[in-house]
Amino acid sequence: MTEEGSLNLFQQQDANRRRTIWLIVCFVVFFAWLGFGGDYVYFLATAHAPPAEQHRVWWLGFVMVGLGAVLAWYAYRTGPEKVLWATGAEEVIEPADDQQKRLVNVVEEMAIAAGVPRPRIWVVPDPDPNAFATGNDAAHAHVAVTRGLLDLCNRDELQAVIGHELGHVKNLDVRLMTTLAALVGAILLMRNGASRMFVGGRGGSGRGGRKSDLGPLVILLLIAWILSWILAPIITQLLAMAVSRKREYLADAMGAQFTRNPLALARALEKIEGAGAPTTRIKSGAAHMCIADPLGGHLAEREGMLADVLTSHPPMAKRIAILKGMGYAQLKREGGTIP
Amino acid sequence: MSWILLVLLVAAALWMIGAYNGLVSLKNQTLNAFKQIDVQLKRRHDLIPNLVNAVRGAMDFEKDTLEAVIQARNQAVKVNAAGPDAVKQISQAENALSGALSRLMVVVEQYPQLKATGNIAQLQEELTSTENKVAFARQLYNDTATQYNTTQQQFPTSLVAGWAHAQPAALWEIEDKADRDVPRVDLSMKPKS
Repeated sequence: MTEEGSLNLFQQQDANRRRTIWLIVCFVVFFAWLGFGGDYVYFLATAHAPPAEQHRVWWLGFVMVGLGAVLAWYAYRTGPEKVLWATGAEEVIEPADDQQKRLVNVVEEMAIAAGVPRPRIWVVPDPDPNAFATGNDAAHAHVAVTRGLLDLCNRDELQAVIGHELGHVKNLDVRLMTTLAALVGAILLMRNGASRMFVGGRGGSGRGGRKSDLGPLVILLLIAWILSWILAPIITQLLAMAVSRKREYLADAMGAQFTRNPLALARALEKIEGAGAPTTRIKSGAAHMCIADPLGGHLAEREGMLADVLTSHPPMAKRIAILKGMGYAQLKREGGTIP
Repeated sequence: MSWILLVLLVAAALWMIGAYNGLVSLKNQTLNAFKQIDVQLKRRHDLIPNLVNAVRGAMDFEKDTLEAVIQARNQAVKVNAAGPDAVKQISQAENALSGALSRLMVVVEQYPQLKATGNIAQLQEELTSTENKVAFARQLYNDTATQYNTTQQQFPTSLVAGWAHAQPAALWEIEDKADRDVPRVDLSMKPKS
């Protein structure tokens, strides 16, 4: 398992780098569609107007592409800060009490086991147990846990959770997930702005009479264009969920490889699952980054199409079962070596 | 026809460069992982005098256990100074030190009035963490070294292994299972031995 995991590591990292680039490209292309699509609709709508009023210079498209590129760059650069800021996490610089000292020690241990630099450590003041990692690469990574996790887990379980998070850091999941979270945030912001714009725009264009100029094609295009404004946030969130679901099993396995103690992670997941309450500090935009679904939905317990589409995390029972399988196999192996 | 030959030659050259660089990178990772063990062992050696001083006053009655820890620590420091050639002696000395430390912690467990002072709880945490760091540094070294060894021995990378001066790296041996378990022991539980 060790060898296979390590051999795949570089491929995993490459895949995550590629996915991040693709994500940003898609984001900018989507903005291009919004911009040039708007231009095209505007152009068709004014095609029969006098030349002075025709939409000739497609400035909206260029503005939107520029905006998309700037937003994507900004999201990539400041994603980790924004995610941490949104959860209200506080950085642990000097451990304030024994609990924090233990957390710092455990993170240092796991950083050694994972062979990555020690990430910066944050505590989210929330009573529900949860944890997430963020950052653009292993050298600039952050690990955040909730106060509830510190209260609930013993040392081994905390270690297992941190191992899981450093698995995300090591295979560069954090880059993809953070960029995605920041883009989801940006799009949500855009939607709020845009819906205000549409509402305002409708009030302005209520002069009537012009409608007869628009052919059915233009209306269809207009509808598709408006729909993509509305659907964008939903699509990005579905994307975030789909990306996250696949990564959790791998991070579980990597965490177990670092600690050599899969049963501790299984116990930690059981405890987190048992706590059940939603993590209120963590908003839906960053839900896909957490070790357990902070929204605490019931769908998370099912497999199948619907659950696949609507949850950010694989079923907890299945993750625990896999980890227990690993743990028992390990026990058996070690039991077998004793003469 | 000659261009097919040329393409094949270029492809072979590119593959060789890739395999060579992969081996060199793995070799450096292995060396770095070995250095990490060193760093963590030094941390442990520095921690032990503090630990012993903290419990000495309260533990006049367990002089033997403390002496054993101090001796094991001094022996380990001495062997470590000998350099990386003495891997075997180093690992023996460190294992002895682990054993002495775990005995000390068992003794501390037996005196609840000792545990009641806040210092000891903090020191226990420090000690657990240090033991874990040493163990994880070794684990990383062994994982990396195993990967390096496997890569250089597997076909077709084995063809360029000689050219890249790849030598199998020695794994950090752990004498027996009891020793290996020491860093994992949760100090709040009594070990079986």
